[in-house]
Amino acid sequence: MGNKCFHCGLDIIPCDEIFFDNRSFCCKGCKTVYDIFSSNGLSSYYDLEKSPGATPLMENGKYDFLDNEKIAATLLDFSEGDTQIISLHIPHIHCSSCIWILENLRRIKPEILSSQVTFHEKKVRITFNSSEISLKEVVLLLCSIGYEPYISLEDYGNTAAKTDRSLTYKLGVAFFCFGNIMLLSFPEYFEHKEFWLDQYRGFFRWLIFALALPSFFYSANGYYIAAISSIRAGRLNIEIPIALGIVVMFIRSTADLLMDHGPGFFDSMTGLIFFMLLGKMFQMKTYRFLNFERDFKSYFPIAVTRIIANGAEENVPVYEIAKGDRLLIRNFEIIPADGILISNSATIDYSFVTGEAVPVSKLSGDKVFAGGRQIGGAIEMETIQTVSQSYLTQLWSNEIFQKENMQRYRNITDTMSRYFTPVLLLIAFAGFGWWIFKDTDIAFNVFTAVLIVACPCALALTAPFTLGNVIRLMGKSKYYLKNTQVIEQMAKVDTIVFDKTGTITTGSKSAITYDGQVITTQQRVWIKNVLRTSNHPLSRMLYDYFPENDKVTVTDFLETPGKGIAGVVSGHQIQIGSEAFTGQNGSSNILKTMVYVTIDDVRLGRFIFHNEYRPGLSGLFTSLQKKYTVKVLSGDNEGERAYLEKLLPGIELIFNKKPEEKLEFIKKLQQQGHNVMMVGDGLNDAGALAQSNVGIAVSENINVFSPACDAIVDAAELNRLDRFMVLSKKAMGTIYMSFGLSLLYNIIGLSFAVTGNLLPIMAAVIMPLSTITIISFVTVVSNFYARMLNVTHVREKSDGRHILSKQANLILTPKTTI
Amino acid sequence: MSVIYLLISISIIVAIVFLTAFIKAVRSGQYDDDYTPSVRMLFDDELKITEKPKPKEEEKQI
Repeated sequence: MGNKCFHCGLDIIPCDEIFFDNRSFCCKGCKTVYDIFSSNGLSSYYDLEKSPGATPLMENGKYDFLDNEKIAATLLDFSEGDTQIISLHIPHIHCSSCIWILENLRRIKPEILSSQVTFHEKKVRITFNSSEISLKEVVLLLCSIGYEPYISLEDYGNTAAKTDRSLTYKLGVAFFCFGNIMLLSFPEYFEHKEFWLDQYRGFFRWLIFALALPSFFYSANGYYIAAISSIRAGRLNIEIPIALGIVVMFIRSTADLLMDHGPGFFDSMTGLIFFMLLGKMFQMKTYRFLNFERDFKSYFPIAVTRIIANGAEENVPVYEIAKGDRLLIRNFEIIPADGILISNSATIDYSFVTGEAVPVSKLSGDKVFAGGRQIGGAIEMETIQTVSQSYLTQLWSNEIFQKENMQRYRNITDTMSRYFTPVLLLIAFAGFGWWIFKDTDIAFNVFTAVLIVACPCALALTAPFTLGNVIRLMGKSKYYLKNTQVIEQMAKVDTIVFDKTGTITTGSKSAITYDGQVITTQQRVWIKNVLRTSNHPLSRMLYDYFPENDKVTVTDFLETPGKGIAGVVSGHQIQIGSEAFTGQNGSSNILKTMVYVTIDDVRLGRFIFHNEYRPGLSGLFTSLQKKYTVKVLSGDNEGERAYLEKLLPGIELIFNKKPEEKLEFIKKLQQQGHNVMMVGDGLNDAGALAQSNVGIAVSENINVFSPACDAIVDAAELNRLDRFMVLSKKAMGTIYMSFGLSLLYNIIGLSFAVTGNLLPIMAAVIMPLSTITIISFVTVVSNFYARMLNVTHVREKSDGRHILSKQANLILTPKTTI
Repeated sequence: MSVIYLLISISIIVAIVFLTAFIKAVRSGQYDDDYTPSVRMLFDDELKITEKPKPKEEEKQI
């Protein structure tokens, strides 16, 4: 097993190693979970998957709000008598062990009646007996075994949306009709003058007609509705020729049947409806564990602790906070509304909200803004705004967030059909005009045949199948798109704007450089031990920066909030903190984050904190710069400018931008005629992501949170963005090529149609032939491009999941373990 | 030859039965989660609710 933790698979720091039951664990938390499982006979958990667990994280009082019945009621799916059902989102669900343990919860606590996991949605649905176990206890049980649920304001009073399955029904009906009609039409394809056939012809034909009805009236109705609404809106999109083709086919075939002219085109019609619905289905690739529509609500807590007059605490839903309320914010909780700090000091991490990389220290009386995360002890604050009127949440009142699901762009198929539809109608009428003077019968035949054969089935299938395939290829490399339109938009992009903090820098790590006298090994031990006592984020980072060493006792430890820490080790006075605190002065650059160290009042040097940039960044920027205008837009200060200029030469850098200013910046670029792609990560980018033509959210842990966007990319794959961009262009190229191919089929079909020679069998051959060649062509070509660009190659990450989740845990949750 | 009426009718009826079965399956939510059940069926049923095997005995295989 080496020195990996038996429970969570992380590397064990030798001095922290815990041996229990012949296994080694990295911390007490992991050991405790193992103990719970093994004492309940659930140790198969470790047989199914190697080291599947997560370190349990526990903060006292975090879930106290679940005792509030009003809040609990909004979360529950079902509650009647003693039986309650709750669905919880658990980000850690990732393997079969997770499913197994969560479905066996009742073994740990018999009060839980049953539990069922939906793996793709990372949800567990728990039924429990509320007279014996409370909702809070259920949640605490999950936390104690390392499966902490993610409960946010988004869940408040949220009723699960009903899934729309009508497309599946339509597809089923269409396939039923198509299959049976094909079978029944078979005799007609062969000999025409045969006694046997003539005898039963009527029966077969009327049966076919009956079978065509559900397909025509039910399965295809989406096309009629879309066609009518687009005519009303005065747009020519692809649905018009499709609907026209289907309706004309149906009418002509019915007329043929009634007048005994022939078998009609029911076979082609139902086949066409089936294939087009199949294309629609294929295009709808949804990632159910992702959510592209999130706003601040899924980041904010559902309830906070309010301190009432006599000093007692109560839990209230976030929406009920009024101006002037006193709130208690615990370690790692989010400040829900703007307010004034009452406690002496606070350290607030705004990286997600403003893009500032380093937590900010606040003193009593300072203003604190909603969205910041308190790091360190619990603080008290008094609100001066309600939640919806806070600085950050105001961003969502911008009109860009109001346009819901509005199609902002015309897609490629619609653009094509703007030319296709008029030409088609022209040919149909020209054919009709030519024949009308010779033979009225043939004229009607030609007119209908043109509309039937030119029904842009292949044209309509091209885009769904190409884009549907590309969206899957990209999904394999952890680049998740909201829908296929995003690919089209990506291909049009000419300007790419990157956010800095969390996007091109890593969220969890910070690079540290030292400047000053050489630190001896002895001094390093002293410094590290003084740091160990402090919970300040900078102290933690610096602590991690030093290698492991002996532990020595620190006396007279003193932490001055907002300034620094001091302590005595082996008789030496150590001071670590700001310039003023350590009594040093010199050339200072306030934009950089620095920590000074003095030992016995002698200045030793300073540690400079840099952002750590993601690997492969310069390569990505160099490659993107060849084709796109690339900019970096940051909410942080200019401290990193010099470094960034060196790292990314020739890139325009813009600093100190507030969330609305970012939005305006993108808008301005768009007004200059640019198609802008925004790559960001935090809430502060939400406006810019919504405004941009393509908004991409970068996420270190795709299960936790990302703002509303068009695409979500795994942070580890960001350096391959250039390849995705090329693939999107190639996909569009593929579509144009297959448009050419499908037009070729149309021309062949039309040449039969205008001469009045279109037999049902011809239509029945051309239609599936064109469909199948188009589908296979686009699939083969797009796969070829993906392979050429090496997009689908999934990189081996040794224990990548654990590293990823551990990092995310470090930012999102306190380090205290149970 | 009139048996063909009967045979075709039967074949259509059979097809309709399958169509309704499909629609029912979709409606009941069977296709909503296409992964979890495939894993769930592989779990052993060795654990009975009442049974509590001693932890140290069955962990040797790792």
